Amino acid sequence: MNARVLVLVLWPGVAAAQGFAGLGGDADGFTLPERGHVFDFPSDHGPHPDFRIEWWYLTANLTGPDGTPYGLQWTLFRSALAPETGEGWTAPQVWMGHAAVTTPDQHYATERLARGGIGQAGVKAAPFEAWIDDWGMAGSDMEALTLTASGPEFRYDMRLTAEGPLVLQGEDGYSVKSAGGQASYYYSQPNYSIEGTLVLPEGEVAVTGSAWLDREWSSQPLADDQTGWDWFSLSFDSGDKLMGFRLRQVDETYYTSATWMGADGVVIPFEDGAFGAEPLAEATAAGREVPVRWRVTLPDKGLDVTVTAINPNAWMDVSIPYWEGPVTVEGSHAGRGYLEMTGYE
Amino acid sequence: MKRAALVALMSHWRRNPLQLFTLLAGLALATALWSGVQAINAEARASYDAAAATLGEGQFDQLLSRDGADIPEAVYVALRRGGWLVSPVVEGRLEGVRLVGLDPLTAPGGLGPVAITDGADVNAFLTGDGQIFAGADVAEALAGVGVPVVVADGLAPGTAITDVGVAQRLLGLDGVISRMIAAQAQPLGQRPLEEVAPGLMLRAAEQENDVGRLTDSFHLNLTAFGFLAFAVGIFIVHGAIGLAFEQRRPVVRTLRALGVPLSVVIGLMAVELAVLALVAGVIGVALGYVIAGALLPDVAATLRGLYGADVAGTLTLRASWWLSGLGIAMGGTALAATGALWGLARMPLLAQSRGATLGARWRALVLGGLSAILLGGAGVLLVWGSGLAAAFVLLGCLLIGAALGLPLVLDLALALGARGARGVLGEWFWADTRAQLPGLSLALAALLLAMAANVGVSTMVSSFRLTFTGFLDQRLASELYVMTEDAAQARALEAFVEPRVDAVLPLMMVEGVLAGVPGSVFAARDHATYRDNWRFLEAVPEVWDVLHRGAGVLINEQLSRRARLALGDGLEIAPGTVLPVIGIYGDYGNTAAQVIVTEPLFRSLWPEVYPLRFGLRIAPDKVPGLTTALIEEFALPEGQIINQGSIKAFSMEVFERTFTVTTALNVLTLAVAGFAMLMSLLTLAGLRVPQLAPVWALGLTRRGLGWIEVGRAVLLAALVAVVALPLGLALAWVLLAVVNVEAFGWRLPMYLFPVDYARLGLLALAAAVLAALWPAVQLARTPPAALLKVFSNER
Repeated sequence: MNARVLVLVLWPGVAAAQGFAGLGGDADGFTLPERGHVFDFPSDHGPHPDFRIEWWYLTANLTGPDGTPYGLQWTLFRSALAPETGEGWTAPQVWMGHAAVTTPDQHYATERLARGGIGQAGVKAAPFEAWIDDWGMAGSDMEALTLTASGPEFRYDMRLTAEGPLVLQGEDGYSVKSAGGQASYYYSQPNYSIEGTLVLPEGEVAVTGSAWLDREWSSQPLADDQTGWDWFSLSFDSGDKLMGFRLRQVDETYYTSATWMGADGVVIPFEDGAFGAEPLAEATAAGREVPVRWRVTLPDKGLDVTVTAINPNAWMDVSIPYWEGPVTVEGSHAGRGYLEMTGYE
Repeated sequence: MKRAALVALMSHWRRNPLQLFTLLAGLALATALWSGVQAINAEARASYDAAAATLGEGQFDQLLSRDGADIPEAVYVALRRGGWLVSPVVEGRLEGVRLVGLDPLTAPGGLGPVAITDGADVNAFLTGDGQIFAGADVAEALAGVGVPVVVADGLAPGTAITDVGVAQRLLGLDGVISRMIAAQAQPLGQRPLEEVAPGLMLRAAEQENDVGRLTDSFHLNLTAFGFLAFAVGIFIVHGAIGLAFEQRRPVVRTLRALGVPLSVVIGLMAVELAVLALVAGVIGVALGYVIAGALLPDVAATLRGLYGADVAGTLTLRASWWLSGLGIAMGGTALAATGALWGLARMPLLAQSRGATLGARWRALVLGGLSAILLGGAGVLLVWGSGLAAAFVLLGCLLIGAALGLPLVLDLALALGARGARGVLGEWFWADTRAQLPGLSLALAALLLAMAANVGVSTMVSSFRLTFTGFLDQRLASELYVMTEDAAQARALEAFVEPRVDAVLPLMMVEGVLAGVPGSVFAARDHATYRDNWRFLEAVPEVWDVLHRGAGVLINEQLSRRARLALGDGLEIAPGTVLPVIGIYGDYGNTAAQVIVTEPLFRSLWPEVYPLRFGLRIAPDKVPGLTTALIEEFALPEGQIINQGSIKAFSMEVFERTFTVTTALNVLTLAVAGFAMLMSLLTLAGLRVPQLAPVWALGLTRRGLGWIEVGRAVLLAALVAVVALPLGLALAWVLLAVVNVEAFGWRLPMYLFPVDYARLGLLALAAAVLAALWPAVQLARTPPAALLKVFSNER
């Protein structure tokens, strides 16, 4: 049995009845998110071991000195086998890291796995530090962070500076994921500026750009009949930003949700049905047909754009494979962003 | 017509059931020994493969501590955080089972063959009490350890797998790991190893003392024996087929005169042989299974003792093995029958039966020529050959060359004997013996091979045993050996035993690469123990004084041979430290390279290494008292104290097991050769009636003729024994001085065991007498009418 198989079991595979990555499993013993919860920072930047799953998810759109667009991902997942924490090998907290760099024609992705009880991986709230092996995201607080990750073919060292406030998604951070009421706690920092160095097989590249951090934790964020999602984080040239997702259900209907983050600082959540996303073109990535051109709409904000993958082949060939890569936005609003698509097996 | 022809041909076997038995038994025995050895080899290989699949042994680089001690878990975390994709392994023995703790999240090979198929089990494996995956062979032994045991297929024998944390708890290794496996692809920007973990060394996968490579020599040895036994068996088959075809010439002639085409006759005989070979093959493979089953536990014990390789002690039936056994039976028969079928194809329609001696001398000369070529080839290989395979080819050339040359040698010896013969009877005896040689030569060649192998192997084993016991006495000079767990316990122990013993000899070791060969460097304290006990193959004068001045190093024979280092050559033992070799010592306890330096030099080169093991010199009668004091007052666990006697006993046990299999195969080969002799004499007895009838008619009694037959067998066996002794000694010399050097890196002194040889010679003579007695008694009881018939039937 290799690590990949094990992870598929830990984050149980994409059994349709279970929802993507088993996120629809039952929540016995784990705490469930509650409406009206008030976040407590900085401690909520740290882990919540009594919830089943949690992530620190950073994506960045970067530009090289010659104008070449690049994408960067740094993700740390926590998965609890039991709602407990502790020291040593038997502590039931398991960590998984994903890091990737996407260029217009290459996609480098790598994965790390670790136990939480021996210090190989973990997160501390203040001063903030999230790490797995030699990868890290750290800073005295969330306002200024360093970010590093490495794989056999790439490496990056970045500095991030927050240019705006945290954004609570959904209802003050309570993000509903299905008509049945499944939900998670979800906040973002979509306003980082980022600069640093990418080390790629062809050499080092100095890059600058913008980054977006998503923080989410729950014990059962998906309903049993949901098979995957298409998730957009878009930054428009106007300074407005949009987070929107479409959860695919087995009956081929969708549950959608979105948050409009205006350049003026006004945050507007949208409930199911307001946000629209439909595939316009597919491409073959790692042998699967994946939509890489989308029409994304939010009529309430006059948004009707075409979202196109910079590199259609941004397939994350890791234990639980998915598509994650940078996109360009054209149409009523121009800009760039990141797209994540799961459950395309 | 074909049917009638077949019945006619088959009737031969009905009339000669003994010949049929010889053919079948010879072939079955040959197949049995061959396929038995193959079964053992296949089982061992399957075990190695399972081990490699489980632990990634040989595939991945490993990180080990330089001093061989356990590694703190914190070092593992530090390495991971330094960008090293390594995975921890905790290893130890629990209830006699090799328990391996792995981290499934980071192990580059995962858990090998173990599949956690059910999601519910993952939780159980990683958390709580944990789970042990074990083969059915060891699951029971682990039943009482308090962790649920899951029976899993495909695990290496004697091995169980569990989570690293569970292994730490069960083995009492909390907070430490045994070694680390490194993934093949490592990330960019890794911190240097010496910066993150200075006490560790990286052992590259290809440098690893790969179990498969180490044990190859052992398996080659077994294969060579299997082949020898098969060759002896094929001699029997060849003899039986040749005889049967010779006797069936009249039938063939008659059939052809009746109009059966030659091609049909040959085809029918080939089919008949194929059927016989198939039957014998099935019997042989079944017998081989029995032999392998009987020998495998010893082979498994040997491989574990010698190389630490776990091999299943029970056989699994493998289809490939059945097929290869049947294939070798058919192939062997084809080989043995080609000549006979060829002769039949060229036989003129009306040819008379060939005289027994016709062309025999010419044939002996041709064989003698071949023999000379093979022996010459052996000489060439001895001088220019290199490698284990060449050594075995050399052995093959020597043995087959000698076997082929045997008829010529015997013929010359008998001609010499005939010169001294007195009287008519004496002259007839010698002449008749010479005339019988062609019929007996195959059986005699088989006897020669078996006896030579016996002499050679028993000389090798006994020489090895003598050398090895001497070596143990030298090297295990300390009365007690104690192990400590860490530097603090070691310091306390030194203080504790100092006033109680004559001397404390710390055993310090680091691993490294010596002249391009992976090996270990040991420290020697300046003490009489070493001066008094150690013997050198070569050394400078006052070698210990030179060593302790720090002016040189001692190396073992393996390193000397592999790196071609002689006295005075420089050897780099640590970066920038080159010292001359001042002594070369024999080292029969391991196959790896070793260097010994004086203790102060060792401590200055590797200040971080602290001795954890100690040899204690003490008067033998005080050993029990000190042992008790160490256990009761110092609270050292009993398992960490080993007395000299038990190490020696263990080493000798390993040694004896190593050669159990060799000895068993040896005895079997000798038995096959005795059988060949018996069968040859029995078949010849019937043929010889026409030759004996005139002698009887001239006045010799049947009883007298019987005694002469026995005497002849003894004479021939004695002559073979005389040839077998030097051949066997040559074989022993090749095994000791060529094969051992190639396989293990050491050359053993050769000792002679005349009493053993005399006993073997007597055994061979006894076998010959026994083999001759039956036909002789038959002859003595032949009715005079049968002898008379010879004259009336003579064509």
